[in-house]
Amino acid sequence: MNDDALLDVRDLVVRYGDVTAVDHVSFALAAGETLALDGPSGCGKSSAALAVLQLRRPDAGEVRFEGRELTALTERELRPVRPRMQPVFQDPYGSLSPRHRIRDAVAEPLKVRGVWSATDGPARVAELLDRVGLDPSYGDRRPHELSGGQCQRVGIARALASEPRLLVLDEPVSSLDPSVRAGVLNLLADLRDDLGLGYLFICHDRAVVRHFADRVIEMREGRVISG
Amino acid sequence: MPSDVLLSVRDLRIAFDGVEAVRGLSFDVRPREALAIVGESGAGKSLTARALLGMLPRGATTSGAIEPDLSAHRGRRISLVPQDALSALSPVHPVGDQLAAAVRSVAGVSRKEARARAVAALDRVGIPDAARTARAYPHEYSGGMRQRAVIAMATVNEPDVVVADEPTTALDEERRDQVLRVLAEQREAVGAALVLVTHDMDVVRDHADRVLVMYAGRLTELGPADEVLGRPRAPYTAGLLASLPQHAPPGRRLPTLRGTPPPPAALPPGCAFAPRCPLAADPCRTADPEPQQVEGRLVACHRWQELPYPATELFLAQKEEQQPA
Repeated sequence: MNDDALLDVRDLVVRYGDVTAVDHVSFALAAGETLALDGPSGCGKSSAALAVLQLRRPDAGEVRFEGRELTALTERELRPVRPRMQPVFQDPYGSLSPRHRIRDAVAEPLKVRGVWSATDGPARVAELLDRVGLDPSYGDRRPHELSGGQCQRVGIARALASEPRLLVLDEPVSSLDPSVRAGVLNLLADLRDDLGLGYLFICHDRAVVRHFADRVIEMREGRVISG
Repeated sequence: MPSDVLLSVRDLRIAFDGVEAVRGLSFDVRPREALAIVGESGAGKSLTARALLGMLPRGATTSGAIEPDLSAHRGRRISLVPQDALSALSPVHPVGDQLAAAVRSVAGVSRKEARARAVAALDRVGIPDAARTARAYPHEYSGGMRQRAVIAMATVNEPDVVVADEPTTALDEERRDQVLRVLAEQREAVGAALVLVTHDMDVVRDHADRVLVMYAGRLTELGPADEVLGRPRAPYTAGLLASLPQHAPPGRRLPTLRGTPPPPAALPPGCAFAPRCPLAADPCRTADPEPQQVEGRLVACHRWQELPYPATELFLAQKEEQQPA
């Protein structure tokens, strides 16, 4: 086992009934590194991501994160680990509540972790919005007042609020226009390099993968076929 | 009308509550050609395509001319391949019945003949064992088969024009190429032109003869796809192409178009692209440029002669710029 790895996945198996969606998949990821999972629709890449995050507990295999084996942990034991591995999803509108203002969406993870204070909290939210390239005045708006690219930036700010070490990015730019996509990819590259984040990057666009990832694992029908 | 023009669109304007989303657009569709319409979300490309079909949303007011008006012959002379193949098919009727109904809606043929044509159309798009599969319902089809069935439906009456609105956006690369290949085969078989709305430049490169680039409801550039993609003349086209990861060396920052397109209700004076354009100068902020002939294509830009080649460096901001509020 690689002790330096931020994330070390061994023989991961996810089954849905009789269907084996992820079939003994192994990979490792270091801090500051981007590992892409590539493959056609239905190849198991999103199922693997959910299993890494323990949002869908795997049926077999190990998920070692920051040196700690997660699959054996109870929900309660996982609670302090979860902020450190954050998902960013494809649909930027769908991952934000339409009724909440942007600043409330970004503040929520701070409140959940119990690090919110009335004096420092708002400044932290403004700092996070600034970090993702949004003017802090966006905090007053609601998701429908933002473009898709701006919403995705809010999703990233929300993930950063938990001070994660690993981002699991599930098709984070697939629903964006190419011009907007370039800006979000640049932002993600800056955050990775500045904060030393590890990225598990799920994407079916080969050109994006080639540009953005350090390494690529190609999946098909639940198995790794190269990488 | 010259014989190399199948459809002529002149000064098309589409407005909602007095706000124009398409603002004086003119272009032709030529017989048998594949014309791609590209641009960012909100550029008016889908509205333009829907106007050809006479399928604009409620509340739209239009002016200008589309000649000939094929919307009265929808399903016969002009047809649609929609984005979402599942919602395009009725869940409660067998696929073959739906195709046969499409045939009978325009051709005075017997049920039996319509049925035979429907099965033949499914067979042509590569649906296995078409005679039997025609009796199945859409939910019994795989995603790829549904896409094929929708293409069969759009071409079964041998239209002059097929309009495809983002037909592959939800698909992965393999399925995308497969669908576009089937679409190309079918439209060549029946001699139809294709109007293809997309934001995927790879699709334009591989599947279009000409490309119309739209920005904020206007024509920005129109010309042969390989020439426009190979050497764009409008800064907006150049920026769109520069932002594609396939053109950037791995690990380097991607060039970007700063900011976002203006909402139709709050257009800047002059050229709508000027606030985002690295070449913008005084005339751009006062007068909206009209399309002019430039080397066998149309370009709407005051400053096209200033555009360097390649233009990548123009769009390479050093650090992520903050989005203005």
